[in-house]
Amino acid sequence: MHESADRLPLTRRHVLQIGAADAAAAAVSPGLLAQQPQTAAQTAPVILGTSITVNGEQHALELDTRTTLLDALREHLKLTGTKKGCDHGQCGACTVIVNGRRINSCLSLAVMHDGDSVTTIEGIGSPEDLHPMQRAFIKHDGFQCGYCTPGQICSAVAMLDEFDAGIPSHVSENLEQAPAINDTEIRERMSGNICRCGAYSNILDAINEVAGART
Amino acid sequence: MKAFSYERAQSPQAAIDAAARKPGSHFIAGGTNLLDLMKLEIETPAHLIDINALKLDQIESTPEGGLRIGAMVRNTDLAADARVRRDYAVLSRALLAGASAQLRNKATTAGNLLQRTRCAYFYDTNLACNKRSPGSGCSALGGVSRQHAILGTSESCIATHPSDMAVAMRVLDAVVETLQADGSARRIPIADFHRLPGKTPNVETELKLGELITAVVLPKPAGGRHIYRKVRDRASYAFALVSVAAILKRDGSGSLAFGGVAHKPWRDVDAESALPEGAKAVASRMLKDAKTTKHNAFKLALVEGVIASVIREAGADA
Repeated sequence: MHESADRLPLTRRHVLQIGAADAAAAAVSPGLLAQQPQTAAQTAPVILGTSITVNGEQHALELDTRTTLLDALREHLKLTGTKKGCDHGQCGACTVIVNGRRINSCLSLAVMHDGDSVTTIEGIGSPEDLHPMQRAFIKHDGFQCGYCTPGQICSAVAMLDEFDAGIPSHVSENLEQAPAINDTEIRERMSGNICRCGAYSNILDAINEVAGART
Repeated sequence: MKAFSYERAQSPQAAIDAAARKPGSHFIAGGTNLLDLMKLEIETPAHLIDINALKLDQIESTPEGGLRIGAMVRNTDLAADARVRRDYAVLSRALLAGASAQLRNKATTAGNLLQRTRCAYFYDTNLACNKRSPGSGCSALGGVSRQHAILGTSESCIATHPSDMAVAMRVLDAVVETLQADGSARRIPIADFHRLPGKTPNVETELKLGELITAVVLPKPAGGRHIYRKVRDRASYAFALVSVAAILKRDGSGSLAFGGVAHKPWRDVDAESALPEGAKAVASRMLKDAKTTKHNAFKLALVEGVIASVIREAGADA
């Protein structure tokens, strides 16, 4: 699509796009233009090369700039363990670990992760060699349908590192002391991962087991 | 999402130069709000300038005894900074009361200030919204307005500013530092940074075209008891119905800023001077010009309630 756009700089579709954009620009007030410069003409799809290391393996990808990290993982690298729930950063199903920190991969552009190191559920453990958090989720039945589970597990693994780093939470009683690992803290810190089946109490048990085994 | 070109800027000057070169540019930092809005085509930038490599990610002490927080400092890092936890606890508390851990790991200090409203009618592109589409009307006025503003509203817009962090910045009298399109720096007190809706709710801040936030500066610590109280529909990961950032002194005086009640973090210096007289005195002064709808009139009592709550909490510690 990118190549054909280069060869044919002015397609009929392109003309229609520019026409529509001009009409939109003419309809907005000067105030809007001052605040929202993005009302200028839209461009044709832009493809960029991006290099991302996923689960220790480096990948060179050619991606439409619009591709989220989530879609790059699922649709381009075929790592479908990471799930798309709401696609708006509200449910946490897409949680992955980037450079050691958990983020919502749906709210991040793949091109912004050039050079980054990503860990997905496939990199946390494998069926033959489960991560302790995965084993604990199975043991405690920390899921029902399982759709939120990869995000829950990635989130929980990164959360334990946040405890180690002394990062406080909304429910930490004293901001200047190392946060305690308890049910209240874990619930608050896992609030970005929604479970539609309501397996929360079992998820809590699973995380507690791993957290307890570490300390 | 509309197509856009993309570049990664290496310095603040390069970022503003890039914005000047490409009409329709938008800076992108954490992206947690911008990409959400781009997916819905509420924001449609033609060009994104990634400012994550600008090295504006440090928190430094200022000669005045305060802190200069780089624009790109992540919400998690700001909340966890030892100096912020010790001297500006209200800021740590406000940050930790907002969003989820995943979002705080990405979201930045500057981006947090520039968050757009979560008004459902702003988000629903099928409905009229003067903020999204100037002149189209306000669907919230006749709609479900439980979340909406009660102070400083206009006929055009009753949306609230969604940030918790900005409410704490307001009570702390922070100053926003920017680089303007012509390369000159300027300092904007947080009180003047966000605008009330008036007739142009689409214009939300004092930033001009191509202007880049480089830092937010906190004055030297003011002491006092720091409290952030947030009331919302669930215990975590929800926007405020009403929130208050409070710095209360032993003599009963103090400063208060409110979230969830207006188009900007709300501070009423006259009302807060009534703090020694109690919550009722503060609330009645602050709310004398409040305009409510049938859905959000409960916020009047809630404002008084959160003030009473922080006074009680500070008193219990004294």
